Amino acid sequence: MSIEDKINSLIENNKILLFMKGSPKFPQCGFSSLACQILTACDANYETVDVLQDQDIREGIKTFSNWPTIPQLYINKEFVGGADIIREMYESGELAKVISGT
Amino acid sequence: MLTPEYIKAVIQKNMDCVFIEIKGDDGTHFEAIIVSDIFDDLSKVKQHQKVYDALDGMMKQELHALSIKTYTASQWGKIQHGDN
Repeated sequence: MSIEDKINSLIENNKILLFMKGSPKFPQCGFSSLACQILTACDANYETVDVLQDQDIREGIKTFSNWPTIPQLYINKEFVGGADIIREMYESGELAKVISGT
Repeated sequence: MLTPEYIKAVIQKNMDCVFIEIKGDDGTHFEAIIVSDIFDDLSKVKQHQKVYDALDGMMKQELHALSIKTYTASQWGKIQHGDN
């Protein structure tokens, strides 16, 4: 399976999926930690992929999304954004709306 | 050491900005506010992608932590006038 197929299948099988460094319990970067805190605050039922455990996904997801940083949030197969956009959407209430529609 | 002035110069070389401010003095963590007419009618994701494009590969090299806030000129005008 190519890395693109692998990412596609992850996104297709998880309605809310966060590519992050570390895990929600043990995030390895402040931006990933923030993303988890926000998703939890929105009562989101989300899955995560720890890119530190898979170098191919770590590089592959950057090309896949045309986005150079981690974390990256996908909801309903759509790329929502990185930490800054997640925070902005949380503060405006938009994120809670998108999540409640999943 | 990477400076806000340098990041600002790289972005300005590659895209037209109505306003740009880069903060951060630890050489690692930076914050950007960028206002541009090219953001009109673009999603937030696409706006940030424009900024990453303008950074010309820096995100893959020396620049790791850059918080970005993007605004269109009209959004920025509203913020400046405090009626947002």
